[in-house]
Amino acid sequence: MTELSKAKSDQAAGVGLSGATGIASGLGGQSTREIVAIIAVAVLIIGGGEFLLGFFEVPQYILPKPSQIGAVFGSAEIGTIAQHYGYTLVELFSGYAIGASIGLILAAVITQFPFVEKVITPYILLLVTTPMLALVPLLILNFGFGFTPRIIAVALASGPMVMINAATGFRRVDAMKIALAKSYGATTLQIFTKIRVPMAMPMVIVGLMIGAIFGMITAVGAEMSGGGFGLGSRLTTYSSTLRMPEFFACIVILAVTGIAIYAFFFWLGKKLASWES
Amino acid sequence: MTGEAKTAMAKHDDRPLVVTGANKVFDTRSGVVHALQDVSLGVEPGEFISIVGPSGCGKTTLLWSIAGLHKLSSGKISLGSEVISKPNPSIGMMFQEANLLPWRTIRKNIEFPFEIRGERPDPARIEDLLNRVGLGGFGDKMPRELSGGMQQRASIVRALASDPDVLLMDEPFGALDAFTRDEMNKLVEEIWIEARKTVVLITHSIVEAVFLADKVYIMSARPGRIARIVDVPFPRPRSLDLMETREFFELVNDIKRDIQHQPTGRVHVAAAE
Repeated sequence: MTELSKAKSDQAAGVGLSGATGIASGLGGQSTREIVAIIAVAVLIIGGGEFLLGFFEVPQYILPKPSQIGAVFGSAEIGTIAQHYGYTLVELFSGYAIGASIGLILAAVITQFPFVEKVITPYILLLVTTPMLALVPLLILNFGFGFTPRIIAVALASGPMVMINAATGFRRVDAMKIALAKSYGATTLQIFTKIRVPMAMPMVIVGLMIGAIFGMITAVGAEMSGGGFGLGSRLTTYSSTLRMPEFFACIVILAVTGIAIYAFFFWLGKKLASWES
Repeated sequence: MTGEAKTAMAKHDDRPLVVTGANKVFDTRSGVVHALQDVSLGVEPGEFISIVGPSGCGKTTLLWSIAGLHKLSSGKISLGSEVISKPNPSIGMMFQEANLLPWRTIRKNIEFPFEIRGERPDPARIEDLLNRVGLGGFGDKMPRELSGGMQQRASIVRALASDPDVLLMDEPFGALDAFTRDEMNKLVEEIWIEARKTVVLITHSIVEAVFLADKVYIMSARPGRIARIVDVPFPRPRSLDLMETREFFELVNDIKRDIQHQPTGRVHVAAAE
């Protein structure tokens, strides 16, 4: 049957969140050969770095060897680092939870009212393009050196990102699909939950991912501006005291966190929005 | 055709579908558009009619009004003694290009109408229908894993699953290639003979309209009116070979000429006040 073979080739086109944004199209499609190559490059960089830094006798305070960075994870200092990483995660999770929920609700609501949307969008864009880090000194002035200014900064950084992407998703109306639901007598609420939300899902997930990554950047940046706790403040301390292995260990932790965020949303996208290829 | 598929479809209805004096006026930015003017038609229970006409003749407006998706400016649509002004469970609709929800499996798509109405689908009936249209074993596939023809088969099952008395088809096979389209036409006729639904088909293909229908309604362009009703005399079941016969060819050409002599679909706009 020709239809069957046609269906097979459609299937081969692949699954993914791609198309929505470049960020989403990086990971996921690799073959075994590509994965082996990626690991080989990592080994080459780490091994090469180790060798070259040793060969040229580069001092530790300029650039530590990968082995020296690795050794930090076995040292007593890792307890301190872990504690401060915990603070960072608290800020990230609470700020993100606040920002992302407000962003999602706003996106879902204002896209139902084109006039309101047109009025609000320029201000959201303003929030997206303004680096929230610039507001941190002001926030510290108003809320002190505790968690509050950082959580607010994370919420301000992630919320508009989530909102602007989710709004793009909710704006995608397919008149035929809505007519389909209406022809079965669907209510406005049913059209929202069963048509609009699933249609918006790919863009919502992209927004949630970008928002989380911006939230993390802002959390660490805010910590570097003062307060004396959190992984960002560790970075400041270690660099000013030339404890470079510890400094780079923190960088590694942050990089892994970023990748974990990406991987989580990539997985979520496959689970909830893989229909869009 | 299998016995079980037959029982899955058998249900007879004796309510005629009647449209009386339907008018539809759209207020657009450039003026008032008279989409339907005094359209009346009666479809006997179990009858298959096609509506053809130049694009912009209001046939889709008419069909969507019967589906309860458009409100008429004046006039009445009724199914038996029931007046149709909003979507009605007795009337099923098949849309252009299958219109499956891409985030649902085929089975979940077929269950969608039940979900909206808060009803329980009958899994056995759905399985029977899937087998009947040649989609047995495809229930758990996603729509994008199926070809266009297979997607349309799934949408036929979705329309039939809740056993409506009237089936409305809005240019359902326009996007399919010629071979698949013939195949679908054959399938639709077979299913219609088994299930005897009242069917209203809108199509751009005169061949399709004649092949499937008992009567072909020719509409004129704006304002949309019924210009002529053509009886299709060919006995059923019809085979695809019918399309090769001289009688068929002549009837198709006769209708084609009629449509070409209608005013074009270009917008005739009455000046706005």
